Amino acid sequence: MSDAVVQDQTEAAHAGASWFRRAVDSDLFYSFRRSKLTMLAAAVTLLFFLLAILASVLAVQNPFDPAQLQLMNSRISPLWTADGQSPFLLGTDEQGRDVFSAILYGLRISLIVGVLGVVFAGAIGITLGLIAGYLGGAVDAVIMRIADVQLTFPAILIALIVNGVAKSVFGNRLDPMSMLAVLVVAIGLSFWVQYARTVRGSVMVEKNKDYVAAAQLIGLPAPKIMLRHVLPNTMGPILVIATINLALAVITEATLSFLGSGMPDTMPSLGTLIRIGNNYLFAGEWWIVAFPGIALAGLILSINLLGDWLRDALNPKLR
Amino acid sequence: MLAFTLRRAVQAIGVMIAVGIIAFAMFRFAGDPVSQIVSIDTPAAEREAVRKSLGLDDPVLVQFARYFINAAQFKFGVSYQFRQPVSTLLAERMPATLELAVCATIFAMVFGILMGVYAALRRDTLLAKLCQAVSLIGISLPTFLIGILLIYLFAVTLGWLPSFGRGEVVRIGWWTTGLLTVSGLKALIMPSITLGLFQMTLIMRLVRAEMLEVLRADYIRFARARGLTTRAIHFGHALKNTLVPVITVAGLQFGSVIAFSIITESVFQWPGMGLMFVQAVQNVDIPIMAAYLLMVSLIFVTINLVVDILYTIVDPRLRATVSRPA
Amino acid sequence: MTVPVLSVRDLKVEFVTRRATLRAIDGVSFEIAKGEVLGVVGESGAGKSVTGLAVIGLIDPPGRISGGEILLSGMRIDHLPPEEIRRVRGKRIGMIFQDPLTSLNPLYRIGDQIVETIRTHTNLLESAARKRAVDLLAEVGIPAPDKRVDGYPHEFSGGMRQRVVIALAICAEPELIIADEPTTALDVSVQAQIIALIKRLGRDHGTAVMLVTHDMGVIAETCDRVAVMYSGRIAEIGPVQDVIRNPLHPYAKGLMGAIPTLAGEDKRLVQIPGSMPRLSAIPPGCPFNPRCAFAFDRCRVERPEPIRQGAQAVACHLYDHAAKESAA
Repeated sequence: MSDAVVQDQTEAAHAGASWFRRAVDSDLFYSFRRSKLTMLAAAVTLLFFLLAILASVLAVQNPFDPAQLQLMNSRISPLWTADGQSPFLLGTDEQGRDVFSAILYGLRISLIVGVLGVVFAGAIGITLGLIAGYLGGAVDAVIMRIADVQLTFPAILIALIVNGVAKSVFGNRLDPMSMLAVLVVAIGLSFWVQYARTVRGSVMVEKNKDYVAAAQLIGLPAPKIMLRHVLPNTMGPILVIATINLALAVITEATLSFLGSGMPDTMPSLGTLIRIGNNYLFAGEWWIVAFPGIALAGLILSINLLGDWLRDALNPKLR
Repeated sequence: MLAFTLRRAVQAIGVMIAVGIIAFAMFRFAGDPVSQIVSIDTPAAEREAVRKSLGLDDPVLVQFARYFINAAQFKFGVSYQFRQPVSTLLAERMPATLELAVCATIFAMVFGILMGVYAALRRDTLLAKLCQAVSLIGISLPTFLIGILLIYLFAVTLGWLPSFGRGEVVRIGWWTTGLLTVSGLKALIMPSITLGLFQMTLIMRLVRAEMLEVLRADYIRFARARGLTTRAIHFGHALKNTLVPVITVAGLQFGSVIAFSIITESVFQWPGMGLMFVQAVQNVDIPIMAAYLLMVSLIFVTINLVVDILYTIVDPRLRATVSRPA
Repeated sequence: MTVPVLSVRDLKVEFVTRRATLRAIDGVSFEIAKGEVLGVVGESGAGKSVTGLAVIGLIDPPGRISGGEILLSGMRIDHLPPEEIRRVRGKRIGMIFQDPLTSLNPLYRIGDQIVETIRTHTNLLESAARKRAVDLLAEVGIPAPDKRVDGYPHEFSGGMRQRVVIALAICAEPELIIADEPTTALDVSVQAQIIALIKRLGRDHGTAVMLVTHDMGVIAETCDRVAVMYSGRIAEIGPVQDVIRNPLHPYAKGLMGAIPTLAGEDKRLVQIPGSMPRLSAIPPGCPFNPRCAFAFDRCRVERPEPIRQGAQAVACHLYDHAAKESAA
């Protein structure tokens, strides 16, 4: 038993090593500069996730706790400017909120909504894709037609409408946590189509393979066996879609919040911070909007770079 | 050709019916229309009367049919916020949105194609690589951030361009246009760039990829073997073949441009349909939301149809297979 | 002796990849006289097509001509600036590619494509060029040319498209036509017609033709002389009858043995063992030595140079050996 496990592990390690060697040997890694850029993007993405996780440790105050805010600290410019004050590294906003702390907490909200939205979209898409592919016929036609129609509409429009309907059903004043849930649902409903298409395609391919017929012949549950083949096959593409969608989900959340249909001021995401800061731009208080903006752009850019690289790495044919 | 167009038209009607059902469901079931109209202390009997007068007692199918017939005549009900017919509100704001979307699309097409062709033909130059880098940033920067950045640069710091609104507009019939005044044109610049930038990067990437693909094609090699000038090969043969898919995408993108104008209009306080829609979402003004959804879908579906037909005109192969279904 | 239309001397073509520099053509020399048809035969990857592309100046980076010279009617054309070689292409050298289905731009009428080519190379006005286009289509055997001139490529069959391609290749009365496997992509029934057409056009206009193919039947039927290529070199070159009846190079012998004949049905077709080496692994000495039944030590070390044997020339140490012995 343990021998088998050891052998498995060495085989896995071996396979891993040869995969590694092949990867290193491939043309993808030829361009050193490019892989450096990818490594940088990975490092930046990791840094953003760490900042979000450690927000409460790194922040000088909890920007959501009104008791910790003092109006006398409002509108302080960043530390390196003439009027800068410690400990407000990136300055403060009109409520005396430390911009750096607000970015950390906002980043956390943005990433939570983004990740949960992508997971939700993936769950809907994969389930519907499996159902459509396996059952075929009318069910397949209905699901894929909905997907076609939805694909022609921009996600932001769908998300806004889901949002508006939710507000109408649950009343206009949602508490921050429910708003977060609404955003996750809105993003999930906007981005499921790609997963469904990919999974459905893979199921259709697997369905016609001999082993499925063989499994059915000897009375084994075909769907269960297919699942074991379909899911590993689609893991690569799904990972690519998920990565690129994470960037899109973060953008969508930020946009909704910027438009005032997302996270409320009491629990701001990066988009909310930018909306708030935008009001002070004309007064010359640029730091309130600039730093959340830079954080958001950096986050999206690095996730996009990772996604591009991943797509190339997993499917060289797609360029 | 006719059969093809008809089939597409039937599909388009199907999509419109589906969207109509969603719009009706929103209108009817998302919140109670009556409580939006009457005040909180209205007695129950009066509420019932309002309910009757709105026809909300009828069977759902009848209500849907009525909604649909009205919508087909561009009657979308009365806005909860403005107490005015939604169709009037939409008509007032449509010119602003359409002018913005057209300007943004022209900007995106012109610069996207130029940059894409350049990036494909002069692949290894610094400028081509810069184009690529700009396109990555264009895809990664959210629209509203680009808008804010432009406002800070050209309105707040330099003071060259207005930061909000349409400037002076001229009324021609029911249409209002900002294209005829200097302030109107100046006001169009930043919103058009903001709105068009994403499409521009998309078109640029597409043109570059398609162009590189086409340049590898046999007929390009044969054109070179025939001794045609590089200019004729690149801009006659290659570009024309490249533009076929580009037309499709750019055409389909026009619908997205209108939808994305929601964001741009909010940033620049542009008095169009998008800004009205955002305000409707914030204020839960369902009739406007439903009407906007229907209008945008109609524009989408129409554009899809037009693009399909355009496509067959540009590509003779398609025209043949379409006109002679074997 | 008159100057040959095409004279290729010690041509070398390299492809620079990031791992290595591959030599696709390594010291090829041949001539084609006015009105002569030279067949170039060999397996895929032997360098036949690359030779054709090198002559017309269409070797794209990472490939490059790294040595030798190419003369067209005595004029050196291998290192002309791009704009000048462009004027040679289409005007003085016509080219026919393998696949007529993909050689024509699908979005332009064939008449427009011919007129465009004519007007690039001559001073003819639109109307005159168009009249010439109709005449050309008639000459290459397209029925109702005055109507078909307005057709799009997809409205033509494969054979008809190849006729259009040929019309495009000859529209400026070139001195040389390079036909790169012009019949490979066509139906067998159409192949003979196209070959006959190329042959007739060459004869009528006194055009030299370089016919690249791997079909020995086509060579036997069409060509005056034939060059057998192997691994980027010419193994044997000579009058077509001599090479077919009496091949000298062991590879050519194998190649001729591989042609089915109606007369000798009881003979088994000869098969050459092994396959041609990849460009990245060409053995030293004679590239054919690993597959050659007659190979000896010298073949594995020293590269054979072409040796005259009557009207033929063969690059094989066997004949050097024989020549030396007879001399002694």
